[in-house]
Amino acid sequence: MRKIALYILVLLSSNLLEAQTDSSFIKRVPVDTSKLKMNMDAVYNRPFLTMGKMPVSVGGYLEANSSYFGTDGVTEGLSFQIPRLTVFMSSAIKKRIKFLTEIEFEEGGKEINIEFASMDIEFHPLLNLRGGVIMNPIGAFNQNHDGPKWEFISRPFSATTIIPSTWSNVGFGVYGKYAQNNFVWAYEAYLTNGFDDQIINNTENRTWLPASKQNAERFEESFNGVPLVTAKTAFRHRKIGEIGFSWMGGVYNKFEEEGVVVDTKRRVDLVAIDINSTIPKLNTYINGEWVWALIDVPGNYPEQFGKKQRGGFLDIVQPVLRRKMFGWENSTLNIAFRTEYADYNVGTFTDTGGNIFDHVVAIVPGISFRPSQQTVIRFNYRYHWNVDPLGNPASRTAGFQFGFATYF
Amino acid sequence: MELPKKTLILFALGSLIITGACRKLLPLAPKDEEVLAGTIPGLTPAQEHEHLVADANFGQVFSKADGLGPIYVQTSCANCHVGNGKGHPSTTITRFANLNGGVIDYLISKGGPQLQNRSIDNYPVELLPAEANVITKRIAPAVMGLGFIAAMSDQSILDNADPNDTNGDGISGRCNYVDPTSFFIPQNIHQPNSGKYIGRFGKKAEKVTIQDQVVFALKQDIGITSDFDTDDLYNYASGIYTGDNAPDPEVSASFVNSLVFYMRTLKAPPRRNEEDADVKAGQSLFYQVGCTNCHAPTFTTDKSDIDALSYKTFHPFSDFLLHDMGSGLDDGYPEGGANSYEWRTPPLWGVGLAKDSQGGQMFLLHDGRAHSFEEAIMMHGGEAASRRDLFSALNDSQKKQVIKFLESL
Repeated sequence: MRKIALYILVLLSSNLLEAQTDSSFIKRVPVDTSKLKMNMDAVYNRPFLTMGKMPVSVGGYLEANSSYFGTDGVTEGLSFQIPRLTVFMSSAIKKRIKFLTEIEFEEGGKEINIEFASMDIEFHPLLNLRGGVIMNPIGAFNQNHDGPKWEFISRPFSATTIIPSTWSNVGFGVYGKYAQNNFVWAYEAYLTNGFDDQIINNTENRTWLPASKQNAERFEESFNGVPLVTAKTAFRHRKIGEIGFSWMGGVYNKFEEEGVVVDTKRRVDLVAIDINSTIPKLNTYINGEWVWALIDVPGNYPEQFGKKQRGGFLDIVQPVLRRKMFGWENSTLNIAFRTEYADYNVGTFTDTGGNIFDHVVAIVPGISFRPSQQTVIRFNYRYHWNVDPLGNPASRTAGFQFGFATYF
Repeated sequence: MELPKKTLILFALGSLIITGACRKLLPLAPKDEEVLAGTIPGLTPAQEHEHLVADANFGQVFSKADGLGPIYVQTSCANCHVGNGKGHPSTTITRFANLNGGVIDYLISKGGPQLQNRSIDNYPVELLPAEANVITKRIAPAVMGLGFIAAMSDQSILDNADPNDTNGDGISGRCNYVDPTSFFIPQNIHQPNSGKYIGRFGKKAEKVTIQDQVVFALKQDIGITSDFDTDDLYNYASGIYTGDNAPDPEVSASFVNSLVFYMRTLKAPPRRNEEDADVKAGQSLFYQVGCTNCHAPTFTTDKSDIDALSYKTFHPFSDFLLHDMGSGLDDGYPEGGANSYEWRTPPLWGVGLAKDSQGGQMFLLHDGRAHSFEEAIMMHGGEAASRRDLFSALNDSQKKQVIKFLESL
């Protein structure tokens, strides 16, 4: 994987070096703003560059930030992170046949992942075939997660620890859109490889869906031969906003080995609802997502392994200044506020009947400055409360984050 | 380039305010007396560092790959001893045995003495064998201050023993002499008696050292084998006479000793509101009623290999002796030299913070059956019945003062 990534970087940089001798060599691909964009379009709704006569458009984004956090009076001090550098390439292979890939280098290259690599064939606007490495369309964040699009440095708990964004798998599926006047309806449905039993065999001491991301073999073969089904439908009105309903479910355990039944089939199912809207006149942008997860945890597991999880986030972003600032036309200063919640174990203790807590609540006020829509400079203050399964006094963490994210 | 002055001023002011308020906007540490975490005073930097390493080991969550199970009760030490405090009913352990004509059989060949009611996937959980006719439940104790208890001499325990009640106070505490483990190395604080040693840890004082308890709990609670006990658990009733797939021992002697060090160097539970008038009055009543005949307030450690534990006075409010607690608390389960109705006086230090590790509720006594201090006191029987009655005779205001004193521990 590292060799492939290196090859891609060398290939791109060699073209860029050549480009320095000819300023017209690199051109920005014009963005089609005539159509209503939805979350499902996020993967193609990015700034791309073309280089000369190369059939490939390239792009990417970088996130870098600093943070100063403390937990219950103890701080680790100031640190700097480069959580992700992402490179994407797309190609219009033929009319109505296109390809896009997104390769992500996380935490300075500690992890290199192909987050997306698929070919799309449009038979009809209502029937497109997509195959390859896809981002399962559960909720909205998983598909629409690029750092420069968000005013908040940390990703929401519910979107990373219940929905394990970025959650990509190999598979096939169909999608389509139907538009009329101010209204668009869209659907997506995919069969992919999916989760494995690490969601309950892990060192997190709880049901933890992101643990399956450790299984790189899911890009080669299914853990149990049963596909993960992901389906989403969404509606968008030009003046009101978008609402999406999605479901992702499948069997996560190995119930059969060499043809012998060794366990019952245990399912994991997630249902999500996502919304986004802009309030007219005020231009207040509202974006949220809520997810429920149902996990068939074996009865022989301790009660800290939750059978139900739920969580979500709500972002409110208010532009307060939109004008020329520091020489940048149409730059924007925003104030933003996020509230989020994730409950990893919805249920009660058998022995006492008392509530099982195991949740986290967070608030994140912030300020962001956008010299252009492609670049955001962000300052966040984050405060979150972690409550253990018993409901003991919460562990409190808070801190400041400053950083930027930009498409390039 | 146009400079938006208002923006700049706003930004600069905001930055100043945020920088100034930076530390104030971070969560403060809870007061030292409000938590059961922290080290004993006087540790060297190297010992402090080792404590932090050991703390991580105490919190380690064992998975199947680490050797969890194959049958177990919990996945980590910290799951039962949350925040080093008392346990919660959801992590209560169950012990079983066969008692026939006064002869106890811990049913080792049937998976005894402890039930492992959890298992790794595709492995059957243990069920109580048909032969088990005595079953007892135990809630996890707090682990604070154990280093002090481990560092006092047997003689200091013997000083309070009065098995024949020669002083006529109605209290006849006695030591539980138990067979030492194969890896027990006597120290100068220990006094053998016909090859047996005084137990000072456990609900019935059935463990001589912290190490005994750690090795036992790693195996019986988590299914983790160590250099001190290499035989893995398995479900005897399943016919699958194999443990998990992790090679044994699953942890080294160093890991065990690290856990022991962690508990030895945890601070003694702190007091709160000691100067409060009601607390003081409650303390006086606690003495007057005679609670201290068993809940002995003060001991002094002997010389320890950890200097910070040498010759230190501490206040556990326990005599570490066995007492007849009456039929109401008789669990039918003798252990070592302890009869089924006998219990080691539990240390009361830290009991005021029990709620903070038990989810805001209280689960007191050996199995968590009491939900308040008053309920726990009223469940005292046997030798303690006279003290219970004296407490019961106090007026409401006095009772509240005693409770306030207990809350201050």
